[in-house]
Amino acid sequence: MSPTTSEHGLSTTAERQAVTDLPGATPSKEWVIVTRGITREYDMGGEVVHALRGVDIAIRRNEYVAVMGPSGSGKSTLMNLIGCLDTPTAGEYWLNGELVSAMADDDLARVRNREIGFVFQTFNLLPRASALANVELPLVYAGVPSAERKRRAAQALEKVQLADRMDHRPNELSGGQRQRVAIARALVNNPAILLADEPTGNLDSTTSEEIMRVFEALSRDGQTVIMVTHEADIAKHARRVITLFDGHKSSDEPQVKFVARAAT
Amino acid sequence: MNFLDSIRIALEQIRVQKLKSFFTLIGVIIGVMFLVAVVSIVEGLNKKIEVDFAGKFLGVNTFNVRRFPDIQVGDVTEAEWREWTHRPPITVQDAEAIRDALPPDAEWAIHDAQRVPGQSEYVHGGPRVLAEAVTLSYFTIKDLGVSKGRLFSAQEDEMGTPVLVIGTDVAKDYFPNLDPIGRELKLKGVSFRVVGLLEKQGTSLGFNFDNQVLGPFKSAMSRVTEARRTIYGIVVKAPNSAALTEIQNQVREVMRRRRHLHPDQPDNFVFETTQSAFAAWDKIKQFLVLAGIFLPAIGLVVGAMVIMNIMLVAVAERTREIGIRKALGARRRDIRRQFLVESSTLSVVGALIGIGFGYGISFLMELVNFQTTVAPWSIVLSVLVGAGVGIAAGTWPAIRAARLDPIAALRAD
Repeated sequence: MSPTTSEHGLSTTAERQAVTDLPGATPSKEWVIVTRGITREYDMGGEVVHALRGVDIAIRRNEYVAVMGPSGSGKSTLMNLIGCLDTPTAGEYWLNGELVSAMADDDLARVRNREIGFVFQTFNLLPRASALANVELPLVYAGVPSAERKRRAAQALEKVQLADRMDHRPNELSGGQRQRVAIARALVNNPAILLADEPTGNLDSTTSEEIMRVFEALSRDGQTVIMVTHEADIAKHARRVITLFDGHKSSDEPQVKFVARAAT
Repeated sequence: MNFLDSIRIALEQIRVQKLKSFFTLIGVIIGVMFLVAVVSIVEGLNKKIEVDFAGKFLGVNTFNVRRFPDIQVGDVTEAEWREWTHRPPITVQDAEAIRDALPPDAEWAIHDAQRVPGQSEYVHGGPRVLAEAVTLSYFTIKDLGVSKGRLFSAQEDEMGTPVLVIGTDVAKDYFPNLDPIGRELKLKGVSFRVVGLLEKQGTSLGFNFDNQVLGPFKSAMSRVTEARRTIYGIVVKAPNSAALTEIQNQVREVMRRRRHLHPDQPDNFVFETTQSAFAAWDKIKQFLVLAGIFLPAIGLVVGAMVIMNIMLVAVAERTREIGIRKALGARRRDIRRQFLVESSTLSVVGALIGIGFGYGISFLMELVNFQTTVAPWSIVLSVLVGAGVGIAAGTWPAIRAARLDPIAALRAD
């Protein structure tokens, strides 16, 4: 194991190997996410903004990773790219063995549907739909028949202890409950990664802890979790912390190290 | 469920914002309302004309053999008219030949008519009446019945007894405040005894059917109507519409043979049928129906634009929802379909309301005694048009919604 981050900002040789394989080479199966020199530029009225300047990341199955960084560091851009809501200007993004960075719109929609479970800061539940209907939504777009959809959605809600709130609309639920509905929705299609964007940003500290415990439990059950946050307190729940700064990866370290460094 | 969901969302929106929805849909409502109403009026007119003509002038499955067309809508050229007047008359012998050629289940009657002055001892003068010399089966073919007294009997028909069945107006004009049965009415100086009073027939297209007097053809009535010159018509009724053509062919054959017509010579007589009489009315009807479709079209175009506007607003208001759906895996076509179904549902609901209002107009017309008939095809057309307007109006908003960038959409509030 390489003790410090390399020029690529990767903490292990294996990860370095996964990334520095020849461009276009399919990563081996253990890697759920591999990015190779992923770059995103925006054209803002003639001026090019470099949001990401070549980021290499390799994440194994069942990892629990936090992506940190101040605003403007590129973490939102990275989260959009990992979430397949956006495609990189340059570089490769492999998700679960598929080269996502080269995909067209509808294929990205399919990948979002099957491989990614989103949890947002503002929950993003449909206000007029019941908790159950909200959780059903990814299955609707996956083409799952109605009866099975209801069964699986109910199961997912039970997992987050909301079996008794299925028929409630979001405005009849507390913030913590809403986020748990969102987590149930994210997991209902058994995605490769759970991608959380500031999942506790709109919650008080007690509720935040509650949500972190849910993530912890999911991770223990083998779910890959990637969480974008600017709060160190939240990031330290993850077992690995990647920090972005100015569009570059500035550190990528195990949680222990991160905590130790934060303490100094 | 996605499909049903979109319908549910659209219905929910209508339910929550009734007034706004009404104004949104008013173009479609008015358009469809006029479509249904105008078509119902045209169909009503049509029914009236066809029933009256078919029932009163002609009769169902019935045709008249005439020297030349009597009920004729449209222009007749000078040459045509001259040819008609040179045709041989229709005679009693023609009628008998036709009778002998008919199948047993077909009916047959001689019908001659002329407007003549009447005369009774109870009034001075009086209007002319339509004197008709008929054989007995004429009453069954035309479905004529009496409200008082009786029809003339088979014996009177055969013997040529001078008896009359008279219309209600004739009774009023010549026997004011009297029971006409058994009394005497003179036509052109020939006296007849009234035996029956016809049921009230009413008027049709300005023609008064209560001004007729009917007597046996074999009586002096045929002299009154001058049947010797030419018989006005031979009436033939087929047992059903399927047999009508076959019977017409047989009658045509008989007539052509009697007149020694070569195969290349045209008929020198006509068959007056419902169809032949209504060719011109059909043209007018087509025009009216076209107008009934063109006027609503204006309402529908306006309606489509309003719905499009509302849908664009809906897309803007629900940008975040679109973002969420996209993040969860909705493809462009899923989003497009959602908004198309929604706009179509809106528009179809408008069409249904319009159909209701159309029925309302039709009902009001009935109240003022104007016969209308709501055509089933206009209802089907309205619903289809409603869906079509919805799809046309929803396409652009749906495409805009589908094209939204998920990241920007998720950020919208």
